[in-house]
Amino acid sequence: MKFLRRIIPDYWADEGKSEGGRFRYRRLWKYLVSLTALVSLAPLVIMTAVNYYQYQKVLRVEMIHPISQLASNTKRSLESFIEERISALNLIIHDKSFEDIADQKRFIAVFRNMKNSFGGFVDLGLIDAEGYQRSYVGPYELKGKNYKDQDWFHEVSLRGVYVSDVFMGYRNFPHFVIAVKNERAGGDFYVLRATVDTETPIRKIISPLDLRPSTDVFLINRKGILQTSSRFYGRILEKMSLAVPPFSSRTEVLEEQTREGQSYILGYAYIERTPFILMIVAQPKALMENWLSVRRDLVWFLIGSIVIILLVILWSSTYMVNRVREADLKRAALLHSVEYTNKMASIGRLAAGVAHEINNPLAIINEKAGLVKDIAALTTEDFPQREKIIKLIESILVNVERCSTITHRLLGFAKRMDVHLETINLELLIKEVLSFLEKEATYRDISVNFHIPENFPSIQSDRGQLQQVFLNIINNAFAAVEDRGRIDISIREDKDTVAVTISDNGHGISEEDLQRIFEPFFTTKKEGGVGLGLSITYGIVEKLGGRISVESKVGQGTSFTVILPAKRTRF
Amino acid sequence: MAILRVLLIDDEEELVFTLAERLILRGIEVEGVTSGADAIKRVQEKKFDVAVLDMKMPGIGGLEVMKRIRREREGIKFILMTGRGSPEEGEEGIREGAFAYLVKPINIEDLMEKMMEAVSV
Repeated sequence: MKFLRRIIPDYWADEGKSEGGRFRYRRLWKYLVSLTALVSLAPLVIMTAVNYYQYQKVLRVEMIHPISQLASNTKRSLESFIEERISALNLIIHDKSFEDIADQKRFIAVFRNMKNSFGGFVDLGLIDAEGYQRSYVGPYELKGKNYKDQDWFHEVSLRGVYVSDVFMGYRNFPHFVIAVKNERAGGDFYVLRATVDTETPIRKIISPLDLRPSTDVFLINRKGILQTSSRFYGRILEKMSLAVPPFSSRTEVLEEQTREGQSYILGYAYIERTPFILMIVAQPKALMENWLSVRRDLVWFLIGSIVIILLVILWSSTYMVNRVREADLKRAALLHSVEYTNKMASIGRLAAGVAHEINNPLAIINEKAGLVKDIAALTTEDFPQREKIIKLIESILVNVERCSTITHRLLGFAKRMDVHLETINLELLIKEVLSFLEKEATYRDISVNFHIPENFPSIQSDRGQLQQVFLNIINNAFAAVEDRGRIDISIREDKDTVAVTISDNGHGISEEDLQRIFEPFFTTKKEGGVGLGLSITYGIVEKLGGRISVESKVGQGTSFTVILPAKRTRF
Repeated sequence: MAILRVLLIDDEEELVFTLAERLILRGIEVEGVTSGADAIKRVQEKKFDVAVLDMKMPGIGGLEVMKRIRREREGIKFILMTGRGSPEEGEEGIREGAFAYLVKPINIEDLMEKMMEAVSV
């Protein structure tokens, strides 16, 4: 909660209460927070996002490039491997006459030479236009076998060159067939057919040593049947689990998705003059592993920074708005106090002026009425209703006296008094004041309790005026409490001030009355109160450089606090 | 009881003569004047025991009148009347040498008492 107080203003919670100003501070706070958050977080987030996407783009290019290169290189190697073997067969078939190679002995020599010059050949056969295998060198006895009805034979007789799919054949190992045709004069032709082992030479070409474990390189035919076994997408001669990529004469790199929705990068190339398609499949996840961990760190760093920045923004905005609010409140209080002091001063001057003007005619009334009374009382002659006249005059005199009491109090309220400073023991002074009221306290069984710290220091002030202040307040407290009531008097010492609090458990003062309590002629007493006591008290305390405040709850009691400067040298 | 001779000084004519009449009724020899200047002139012509003096008057103020009268004639006791409610004003008068002060409107019996005290000292 304490932490929250520091970052969320405390006037946030009491939204329900009506205090016009608070909404201004809330608005200010919101404005400050959103503005600072915007200018500090927006560039951070934008920069991180831009950086993120740029980096990802660059990385993707960087990732695609080696795959494309690998695909191109491998394609070239494969093409030249097959081209070489086709050329070798072409050389033999065009160089030698049919009769030359139809001779079995010569044919064996040719095969030996060829095998020595080009790796990968497993066997070699010569087939005439009728499809009969006329000569054969190889691990099996295939001489005399007829191929006339086989597809490849038609194909090679039509196109002159044929490269087969990979198949297992009689020997049960993967290989493919290359066949070339030579036309003889008179429309006759013959075909040289060689079997090439795929496992060793092709594997060498398509499986460079530095491949990542997650990258798969393999061959398929155009129907998607695997021509070499793959790591992840099926074994040899099975149907590949990926889709067959569309034809392109160049090396292509695509980003694809498997049927399960996993993305992969596919580099592929159609191998010229063969049914083969080279496939390179890479897992971006594996390729980007380093990048992903950097990205994770980056995201955490970003989140951490945002949280810290937000906390700092909240804290500083709250701090600043609180300072502004405190300053505003202080200024308002000061303004209010100045206003109140001015109001009291003008009321005082007015009261004094009126009182002074009234006092002179009052003195004249006093003397005139006195003279009438003297005449009536002192002359020896008797006249009708003499006693009654004397009584009436006496009544006038009593009321003149009452008026003069009021005028003198009014004069006292405003008048500038000299302040005589002396060292005063507050405790003794208050006890002296209480001694005036001792009789009443005993009679009404009112208990007065002191709460005064030991070794309480003396203060510099005006004895007579302080007596009047405390007499007024304590008198009011006596008036407020019932019989057997309780009055508490406590003194506290602060840095430069001394605070005297006088609390009673009397009837209390309503909030409305509390506003006007220090105004002259304001009274709640049913009889005999002029309403000057507290206004005079207020004036004196101000003059002594202090403050007076009051708190009250109806039915619970009232407490007055007089705060006096501990030391005063100038007035 | 010896007859008291009293000079009454106040700018309010109504007050001076009414008060004078009341004092006369009590067997006191009183003369009333309505300004400080008249008072100073009068004490040169006649001997008074007590001067009852308003502190606040137009022209020469009460305390100044008291000083000047004392210069003219010694032995006169002064009783000041103050219209202001503050005892300080009266206290200042006492410091300046007045015998007593009374706050207006005054009580005639108080005034009588103070005058008797003043001459019996």
